[in-house]
Amino acid sequence: MSDDTSKSKESFEPVHTNKTGGSPFTGVVGWIDDRLPIIRMFKHEYLDFQVPRSLSYFWSFGGILTICLILLIITGLSLGMHYKPDAKYAFESVEKIMRDVNFGWLIRYAHMNLSSFFFIAVYLHIFRSLYYGSYKNPRELMWLIGIFIFFLMMATAFLGYTLPWGQMSYWGATVITNLFSAIPLVGESVVTWLWGDYALGDAALNRFYVLHWLIAFLIVGVVAFHVIALHIVGSNNPSGIEPKDTRDTVSFSPFTTSKDLVAMLVFLLIFVAVMMYAPNYMGHPDNYIPANPMVTPAHIVPEWYFLPFYAILRSVPDKLMGVVAMISSIAALGLLPWLDFSKVRSSVFRPIWKQCIFLFVLDFFVLMYIGGAPAEGIYLIIGRIGTAFWFAFFFILAPLVSLIEKPLPMPQSIHEFEEWKKQGKLKTIKLFNKNK
Amino acid sequence: MKFSIIKKYSVLLIFVFSFFSHSSFAKESHVELLKPKWTFDGFFGKFDRASLQRGYQVYTEVCASCHSMSLLSYRNLGEPGGPEFTEAEVKAIASKIEVQDGPNAEGEMFVRPGKPSDRFKKPYPNENASRTANGGAYPPDMSVLVKARPGESNYIYSVLMGYEEKVSEHIKLEDGVYYNKYMSGNKIRMSKPLSEGTVNYTDGTKSSQEQMAKDVVHFLTWAAEPHLEARKKIGFKAVIYLLILTILVYFIKKKIWLRVEPKV
Amino acid sequence: MSENKKDKSTRRDFLTTVTATVGAVGVGAGVLPIITHMNPDSSVKALASIEVDISKVKEGQEMTVLWRGKPVFIKRRTKEEISKAQQVNMKDLIDPEEDKKRVKKEEWLVVVGVCTHLGCVPIAGKGDFNGWFCPCHGSHYDTSGRIRKGPAPTNLEVPQYEFVGSDKIKIG
Repeated sequence: MSDDTSKSKESFEPVHTNKTGGSPFTGVVGWIDDRLPIIRMFKHEYLDFQVPRSLSYFWSFGGILTICLILLIITGLSLGMHYKPDAKYAFESVEKIMRDVNFGWLIRYAHMNLSSFFFIAVYLHIFRSLYYGSYKNPRELMWLIGIFIFFLMMATAFLGYTLPWGQMSYWGATVITNLFSAIPLVGESVVTWLWGDYALGDAALNRFYVLHWLIAFLIVGVVAFHVIALHIVGSNNPSGIEPKDTRDTVSFSPFTTSKDLVAMLVFLLIFVAVMMYAPNYMGHPDNYIPANPMVTPAHIVPEWYFLPFYAILRSVPDKLMGVVAMISSIAALGLLPWLDFSKVRSSVFRPIWKQCIFLFVLDFFVLMYIGGAPAEGIYLIIGRIGTAFWFAFFFILAPLVSLIEKPLPMPQSIHEFEEWKKQGKLKTIKLFNKNK
Repeated sequence: MKFSIIKKYSVLLIFVFSFFSHSSFAKESHVELLKPKWTFDGFFGKFDRASLQRGYQVYTEVCASCHSMSLLSYRNLGEPGGPEFTEAEVKAIASKIEVQDGPNAEGEMFVRPGKPSDRFKKPYPNENASRTANGGAYPPDMSVLVKARPGESNYIYSVLMGYEEKVSEHIKLEDGVYYNKYMSGNKIRMSKPLSEGTVNYTDGTKSSQEQMAKDVVHFLTWAAEPHLEARKKIGFKAVIYLLILTILVYFIKKKIWLRVEPKV
Repeated sequence: MSENKKDKSTRRDFLTTVTATVGAVGVGAGVLPIITHMNPDSSVKALASIEVDISKVKEGQEMTVLWRGKPVFIKRRTKEEISKAQQVNMKDLIDPEEDKKRVKKEEWLVVVGVCTHLGCVPIAGKGDFNGWFCPCHGSHYDTSGRIRKGPAPTNLEVPQYEFVGSDKIKIG
């Protein structure tokens, strides 16, 4: 019974790395859950999770965006089994999908129109965040992740649009990749590097195909972070007031799930109607002309969802500054949590900021219209005013209004907010909120 | 407060307006296109088989000498949703043309009669040959031409009907260029292709210019969108289905939320 | 207590069942194109049958055509080859099959030229049985395309075919 004298004085911390167990479930489900707690996580995060009861249908766009993403990936994978990313065969392979592949026409039209609807949903989603102050503390990081997702979406959409190798694919890609030549010193080399050639062609098409897939899957990953962040900070709601007790909340399932399901179905209904009866409405006829490097179309127009930013790009006469303006017009969104330092979240209680946001939305549509017009004459003038207002909204109006604005009297809690709504004391956006 | 309502509606108006405006910049001349009634228009649109078959005859006799339709195969002429020629008719149509095939066992290319699986024969081997034969102009391939023009079927029809004898003084026409009321730019390098009696219809229909234009545009529309009928049929079913499902789910949602509303 | 609450929120009533069923139908209909698009498309199906001109094949000669991506041997057999094929005892065959069951006109043998062992293309005029010999693992086929010796388990496949006129056959 002799001790090892060198060890007798030391004591070691017991370590217990085994975290198995603790599942509230039994049987096979419990067995899995004990070892990989995803089932109780799912129950905690998606069934019992407490969510403000005042959420309007504006909050359903997150779920709608997820459905869009899943459907885009499924249809995209299907298309990818038939598409040929070779400049000689690309256009023809898309037509083969439309004509010969079983239901190829359906899958192609679905993918094409889903990308437009993806942007419709994201713009409404962003509008919700602007109007209700969802970008404010503690949701700033979620907001920044969201803006990153938006950039990734635009990259994916741009790359995807080049794949059919029509006239608009070719010339839109030429114009946008040529923008990189604006970078001082290395610009031209960057463009040649992007193209893998001295002009846009087969080399570029092949890599655009790969990058389209890559960035699409990257979006899935970043969205996961976006949703994880959401489950930490919790959802905002139309009152802008954080939930305090169970009078303010409902469980995610079945309340928000059923509401989201209604919204998703309405969205799907509109999407299917457009896809089946006007599948080419949001596209451009020129993209049914095979790409011709010798002939440029009369008007090069990007897809509608890029038009406001295209207008901003063309408003600035200098090439480099135009690119800077275009990118910063979106990046400026990222600064909003700090430019707008009002302590009040929701525009329901901010009478001046509410008007500013509506003007901003108006500006968005005006710029969209200008983006589709020739960059000359009255169109250019309006475009410049629109661009000026866009930046003024962020850098002048946001801080100024948060400084001078007197918010309206606010309720103390979400359930009091609901009470005030019932009594007609509040004006919320009635179009999307039938919570009466 | 009233101001914000006006703003909300003007936002909606701009949104709707910008949605409809994006195509208007593409047309340089703001002439209203001719808009005949097409059987394929509307929620329940269908192709008229006889019209498609006549249209194919017009295409073969008038257009195919310059315009290719290389994304279509002869077998498409027999597939459901199109002209629906019989299998024998399709074989006969295909075998009338000659196709290059090969290499054979000796390594040589050879010529053989067409099969239904062959693509429509091109009048010229490539664009350069086409341009040389047509004074520098390139008669575009017609496989998706209808979808490649703003106004689609109405545009093609209008151009075919839009040749005018009297041209206003201030329009200068070069050699081999013709005036067309509906063509974007008003100038076209194709001479008027259709006049009364250009084609002798095998089914006895009177071949007025209007009739031939309608038939060939009908055919071109099918060529660009061979699955149009299936799309509209499935579309109708899908929309009705989703409408029913949405209403059902909406009632479930209302029922679920009844548990919460009274509490407040 | 939590059982009751769960009971209430998961109670299946008529409306929910109907909706779930309607929903399932839609999901099924939506999934269908995603699965069927992988089936052969119509351009592939158009080439599923081919017509072959056999007028130039002399007696004792053979031609090979590509059908559905595979070689098909079309052999015009000599009288000797035919009688040899017909006289074989069923007991001597690894995969017993009478010659007359494998041909429509005994002069013409049409078989898919893919060895039934592991898929190599057998060589004509070689092997111990005057038919074909597969070099990959040594399977010998006779003048009726039947396996006689070697690892192949079954006779060379006879595809669906028919004579069209006097000088053509349609395979598939």
